[in-house]
Amino acid sequence: MTDTLAQLTAKDFTSHQEPKWCPGCGDFAVLQQLKNAMAELGLKTEEVVVVSGIGCSSRLPYYLATYGVHGIHGRAMAMASGIKTARPDLSVWVGTGDGDALSIGGNHYIHTVRRNIDMNVILFNNEIYGLTKGQYSPTSKVGLKTVTSPNGVVDHPINTVALTLGSGGTFVARVMDRDGKFMRDIFKRAAEHKGTSVVEIYQNCPIFNDGAFDAFSNKDRKADTTLYLEQGKPLVFGSDNRKGIKLDGFTPVVVDLSDPSVSKDDLWIHDEKDFIKANMLARFFDDPDTTPNALPRPFGIFYVEDRITYEEALDAQIEKAQEKGEGSFEELLSGSSTWTIN
Amino acid sequence: MNETTILNKKDMVTAKTSVSVLFAGDSGDGMQLTGTQFANTVAVYGSDLNTFPNFPSEIRPPAGTISGVSGFQLQFGTSGVYTPGAKFDVMIAMNAAALKANLKNLHYGGIILADTDGFDAKNLNLSGYGEANNPLEDGTLKDYTVFKIPVLSLTRKALADTGLSTKFIDRCKNMFVLGVLYWLYSLPIETTIETLQTKFHNKQDIADANIKAVQAGYNFGDETEMFSQHGRFSVAPADKKPGVYRRVTGNEASAIGLAAAAKKAGLKLFLGSYPITPASEILQTLADMKKFDVKTFQAEDEIAGVLTSIGAAYAGALAATNTSGPGLALKSEGLGLAVILEIPLVIVNVMRGGPSTGLPTKPEQSDLLMAMYGRHGDAPMPVIAAKSPVDCFYAAYEASKIAVEYMTPVLCLTDGYLALSSEPMLVPSPDDLASITPIFSPARNADDPPYLPYKRDEKGVRQWAIPGTKGLEHRIGGLEKHHETGNVSHDPENHALMTKMRAEKVARVAEIVPDLTIDNGPEQGDLLVLGWGSTYGAIKKAVEQVLEGGCSVAHAHLRYINPFPKNLGQLMSNYKKVLIPENNAGQMLSLIRDKYLIEPVGFSKVQGLPFNEMEIEAKITDILKEL
Repeated sequence: MTDTLAQLTAKDFTSHQEPKWCPGCGDFAVLQQLKNAMAELGLKTEEVVVVSGIGCSSRLPYYLATYGVHGIHGRAMAMASGIKTARPDLSVWVGTGDGDALSIGGNHYIHTVRRNIDMNVILFNNEIYGLTKGQYSPTSKVGLKTVTSPNGVVDHPINTVALTLGSGGTFVARVMDRDGKFMRDIFKRAAEHKGTSVVEIYQNCPIFNDGAFDAFSNKDRKADTTLYLEQGKPLVFGSDNRKGIKLDGFTPVVVDLSDPSVSKDDLWIHDEKDFIKANMLARFFDDPDTTPNALPRPFGIFYVEDRITYEEALDAQIEKAQEKGEGSFEELLSGSSTWTIN
Repeated sequence: MNETTILNKKDMVTAKTSVSVLFAGDSGDGMQLTGTQFANTVAVYGSDLNTFPNFPSEIRPPAGTISGVSGFQLQFGTSGVYTPGAKFDVMIAMNAAALKANLKNLHYGGIILADTDGFDAKNLNLSGYGEANNPLEDGTLKDYTVFKIPVLSLTRKALADTGLSTKFIDRCKNMFVLGVLYWLYSLPIETTIETLQTKFHNKQDIADANIKAVQAGYNFGDETEMFSQHGRFSVAPADKKPGVYRRVTGNEASAIGLAAAAKKAGLKLFLGSYPITPASEILQTLADMKKFDVKTFQAEDEIAGVLTSIGAAYAGALAATNTSGPGLALKSEGLGLAVILEIPLVIVNVMRGGPSTGLPTKPEQSDLLMAMYGRHGDAPMPVIAAKSPVDCFYAAYEASKIAVEYMTPVLCLTDGYLALSSEPMLVPSPDDLASITPIFSPARNADDPPYLPYKRDEKGVRQWAIPGTKGLEHRIGGLEKHHETGNVSHDPENHALMTKMRAEKVARVAEIVPDLTIDNGPEQGDLLVLGWGSTYGAIKKAVEQVLEGGCSVAHAHLRYINPFPKNLGQLMSNYKKVLIPENNAGQMLSLIRDKYLIEPVGFSKVQGLPFNEMEIEAKITDILKEL
């Protein structure tokens, strides 16, 4: 079959509403890459539903020329679950933030992920509550001073990737808001994955938490603090890729590839199908500002698993129940046990 | 009446118009099953029927104790059976604890069939009577007719040659009692035999043993001299409308009502739900209806229950969620979203005793004001209430019709009493059911003017724009929106307009609400008993009684609570007084007072128990004295 319709462009996915994010917000870049990805995926605007909760990033649906529902705080994934279960033919995307998905919506997050309902969750993590003006979030670093933590945050932050893997996630990735092309490619992979795909975005909030991810985006530092995962490739990082990671038993160690006694062949090869190793990579979560010899923070796709989706499994049960045809309206009303009064 | 053939006293048959029976025993004695068998028999026989189970909230409470007593109450009769009976005429007591727990609700002079094997020293001690005080022997029961039958021993004897283990044979004792009861009420045993054969078609020895026990019980009635002083009874079949019947509990009826509405509307049903007593059977029933294209989603919590449904409704399904009080509280933010999105959604709330966890297994009508007002903001939605188990079907069906045709969430109230009670339902044909017509927005072309998702028709209703439809792409949400484009709007005039339009739309539902009619009694007079929900049966019986006494009393029963029927104010003004019995502290009373500025008499019962007709009759009599 050939599609006679011209493929849509990013512009076709642009709604008439002007984004109302602050100047310099990382959300703009995400919006642009989402539009690019949707166009490149060949999606049609009428088959896409973008669902969101509450927060700065949850304004996302208004800016895309698709179907969109801006729901209530924390419930985007529950609503998206209902949409996709009722209508598996739709392409369902969720825009959510660290507070929306991981705090007030935490329960829906873990259960949607474990059910593996086919949707693409774009999780904007800025480690702060922006829309309510700067309170700390469940991903804020310990010690962060905010209006609700004037003496510094005492909560231990959530590790999104570890939580997602622990919940039975089948597609988990992390990207940086500044990595446009990289982000778009991962959005496309997420959309192509059948199941709940989670893409955590480190997104800078220039107003309330500016520079939260500087350690990973600052030109002078990022080479040593970040690790870009590539399927089938060894884990290398550092300027000129001079560093690598190998496993010493179960312990990841950083090795210096300029040392002639170290062979590249000994390095950890990334395999996105390896659940155990994905869990280890998720634990590369040291704060380079406070931890000496911190392991680099991984970006890219941690883990992908082919598993039947919730809606496929449910539809299969319905199909089986209707092997001998759909039940008639009369049978629905009478049930299986009746008697007659003459 | 009293048509008797006196050959000897034992063959005497006394006709009764209705009989209320309680099967009571230990939770392991199979009382629910026994009662259900009896109910099926009288239903097929053609009686009017109403049943109500009463079991402990613990799954396996200590055997032999009061807390372990499980009961199944039913009333069957020739006419006028609206409740399981305020008190029972006959009690089957399988052990001492069963007797002790229920004796207070046996009619004076009522019949007790006691299994004497359940009154040994151990059982007497566990029940609290004490082994020295056997109530069967010490005169405690002198005001009742007591048949002392060693059920366990007789069952063992009857099944001795089956080769089955004693443990298994002992489990057949309930079937023996059932046989005795069939004999005593001149009922056929065939229905039960057929059921047993179907149920155990793979285990013939088990089917045979159970059937043998029923027959042995029946023959025991025939052969023993025990009943020679009293004879047998008979209850003529009811004069029921001819047709095909099924037996439904209120929860089953609610589930089928939703599924039927979806079929009629040409939609697929989606139920997002979280298990909660006493509403779970709605989810359970629909989970087993995949054959009819029903999708159920057991969500992670009550909030996800309603939000998945909102998602499904947005996507074009007939969406519903079911719950009970604590769950409704959790869903209330979601319901506000459904109100502002203006999408169809049915919420079946099966009320139980509150506040908080309250009395989870006991009925109450105390979520009424939460149903009316329990949302932030001005967020009105239609509220309707079912009056009987069968009516749960029609209430759920009508709620779905209103939801779809008015693009609004609708609250359908039932309660734990209706939910678990059962009665025969005349199976409607699909054509008998009212039409349900969703109004979908049609696809649009690129050069059409911009789509206006909140443009309303003359009823004030917007159209349903289903994702996947070309040209209807639009963005809406919980933020206030422009009255036509649906775009976010903080404009003060627009918010006032939208608040008004949402309220007017719900108020306009009154246009399809039928006028309230008098169920029984004069069109004007001294007293109107105004009921709503599950109090129907008790009020009906009570008003029948006082009308026989020549009093000027009428009964009307509200199904539509928001909006009220248009003639309600006028109708109430035809009586000197209005009495509102309800299982809460006066919530309908508040609504009526608020809306009509009249002063009705409230009558509250908040004991986790439904009203019985005697209580209402006594209240009516008291009020009439004061008029």
